[in-house]
Amino acid sequence: MQVSRSLKKVIFWLLGIPVTLLILGIYHGLMQTIYRAGFLNDSSFLKIEYFQGLTLHGVINAIVLTTFFAVAFGHACMTFFLKREPNKKAMWISFWLMVIGTGLAAWAMLAGKASVLYTFYPPLKGHPFFYLGTALIIVGSWIPLFDWARMYREWRRENPTTKIPLAVLGTLVNFIIWFVCTLAVAYEVLVLLLPWSMGMADINVTLARTLFWFFGHALVYFWLLPAYIMFYVMLPKLAGGKLYSDLAGRIALFLFLLFSIPVGVHHQFSDPSIGQNIKFFQGLLTYGVTIPSFITAFTIAASLEYAGVKRGSKGLFGWMKKLPYLDTNNFMFAYLIAGLILFIFGGLTGIVNASYSLNNVIHNTSWLPGHFHMTVAGPVFLAIIGMSTYLYAKMSGKKIFLPKVNVIIPYLWMIGVLIFSTGLMWGGLIGEPRRTNLGMTYLNPKHELFTPEWVPTTMLALLGGIIMFIAAMLFIVVFFGTIFRKSKLEAVLELPYSEAYHDEKRIPLFDRFKPWLVTMAIIIVIAYTPALYDAVTNPGPKAPRFTPANPVPDLLKIKK
Amino acid sequence: MSVIDKSEKKVLMISGVVIGLFIFSILYAKDKYQSDVPECIPFDKAYTEPRINQIDEKTFQVFSVASMWQFEPSEIYIPVGSEVDFYLSSKDVVHGFNITEKNVNMMAVYGNINKTTVRFDEPGVYKITCHEYCGVGHENMQAEVIVHQPQTK
Ligand code: HEM
Ligand SMILES: [Cu+2]
Ligand SMILES: [Cu+2]
Repeated sequence: MQVSRSLKKVIFWLLGIPVTLLILGIYHGLMQTIYRAGFLNDSSFLKIEYFQGLTLHGVINAIVLTTFFAVAFGHACMTFFLKREPNKKAMWISFWLMVIGTGLAAWAMLAGKASVLYTFYPPLKGHPFFYLGTALIIVGSWIPLFDWARMYREWRRENPTTKIPLAVLGTLVNFIIWFVCTLAVAYEVLVLLLPWSMGMADINVTLARTLFWFFGHALVYFWLLPAYIMFYVMLPKLAGGKLYSDLAGRIALFLFLLFSIPVGVHHQFSDPSIGQNIKFFQGLLTYGVTIPSFITAFTIAASLEYAGVKRGSKGLFGWMKKLPYLDTNNFMFAYLIAGLILFIFGGLTGIVNASYSLNNVIHNTSWLPGHFHMTVAGPVFLAIIGMSTYLYAKMSGKKIFLPKVNVIIPYLWMIGVLIFSTGLMWGGLIGEPRRTNLGMTYLNPKHELFTPEWVPTTMLALLGGIIMFIAAMLFIVVFFGTIFRKSKLEAVLELPYSEAYHDEKRIPLFDRFKPWLVTMAIIIVIAYTPALYDAVTNPGPKAPRFTPANPVPDLLKIKK
Repeated sequence: MSVIDKSEKKVLMISGVVIGLFIFSILYAKDKYQSDVPECIPFDKAYTEPRINQIDEKTFQVFSVASMWQFEPSEIYIPVGSEVDFYLSSKDVVHGFNITEKNVNMMAVYGNINKTTVRFDEPGVYKITCHEYCGVGHENMQAEVIVHQPQTK
């Protein structure tokens, strides 16, 4: 369909800004593997300190890229599937809030005033602009939801008995989850962290951590759902088949709405002051989120099998050989399938993390980054970069630069991540810590803390990291190469979408939000009231401010 | 056509069984190996003084205090077969407390007390590694539990 210049511009900038920043984010990924393997025994390289780099890496890759993309992709899906455009003003206000927020946070990080990592746990203090910037990014990303809700209601009035398009359902579910979970982190940032960082109050650290993780687990589904939308709505079509079951997609999405948030305490299994029963209960609820994932795994595999069979495959697994893995005109298939393969391992290792006392084995070891580079840096990242190229090329009417390279990038990335994560996870199982500049001590043969067991594990991670780096740089070349080409084709907003193989009749329950929102609220209250109660009542004194280089608290302004 | 087909029904059933199996394993391990997540106890200032308390021959309380960038006490000597209650607190930022071989894994948080119990049945030196970023000295933050044969003390 044809869309307005304004919408195009918003989408292009929302895609282009994070991809530009990604150069910096990816550079630090590679650097971390170099330090950790012991090839750098310093605290900094080229004037950027390890944890300053790690903060940039986490914030750019996992917050800025994912949020900007989710908004851009949301605009595209809502517009394309509802055949109407978002409100211009709302779109631009949201855009500028996010850009200003990114600018503030980037300044604080680059100036070395906020090396507090993307989880910004107090009482390690960052510059107030870092917190303010984060808050602006979040608030900016809320605005589209309200406008999209308006678009949906308008569409609903015109189409009272049509099933809501799956991509629209996915976008709305995703941003409802995002809105609810970010309320907690907005409270943490604006009410607890900002005044504390300015020296106006001390802070209850456990409460801050609990609010952060109320947000933090749902955050991972906010990363994931745009990729899920692509798996359900687009992948079957790209494979040359149909979506096995339309209803399965709807059920999975609504289950995410219910279970994404009330499970955050599973990130605090090792924390003090939160009851074991609460931890166990939220661990159980976490298994609730495995159900939509199992449903998805089956439905997508069945859809791909159907596509393979339609392409004339034989035998039980023959369909796997018939899929269009290297079709340059159909490169989104490559990005999505490579991501799915990584996600098999990402999902399985995630179940390990969620398994209550099993978490003791791996919590905060390098197993964790090993796991989540197969989720957020796996299907999520590949879906994001693939779709960024796709959307940009379509909407600008340009041909892809280096199409043959473009189609092998996802496989190269996949191989890199598999090697990289194997190294990290193996290391984690033998105690290699995450968030540690290992090159300074543990991987420095001249240091008394040198730990030879971690040599092979960090070397593997380095090898994988180099391959990932090459793949990511090739993507940057393809993306900007495409931008610098001349428009040759008609510029349109067009997304692939699959027909359903089982196109079930409309079931009203799966076509409305209200009952699900009410259930969601109830489960959250049940799961989080006791956790917050513990976080408020069990801790003792509140903490002042500390900076990375100084064990003496910064009491400059007001004490008590 | 029914809403869900035969293979979908099967898959849902298999998923249910698999999840049930996982939950059973967690409960089984919890019981059999006494593996649990850290305990929840309210803050008590008396627990924030670094020291080792011997309760009886084979039972110890270790009050471990993490700070930028050390654990106190930094060397903990105990005889083989000892059971140790670790009480962990922090004087400043968040620190980690990881004894890999014993699956001890806790966060040290200002104004909070973390607690877990472990038995050391094998002699040896067990490293306690800080695995949460805690500032410029983070990479140096390691302590030791030295488990010895009783006669060598
Ligand atoms: C060349 C590619 C990449 C490499 C080599 C790489 C490497 C690493 C390494 C070694 C760590 C752990 C550092 C430590 O804990 O000390 C890490 C952390 C992390 N990475 Fe990556 N990474 C890459 C790409 C990505 C991408 C694409 C994403 C997300 C879309 C991502 C998200 C993260 C996050 C969220 C963390 C955790 C940061 C923290 O602990 O605060 N990475 N990365
Ligand atoms: Cu989680
Ligand atoms: Cu540390």
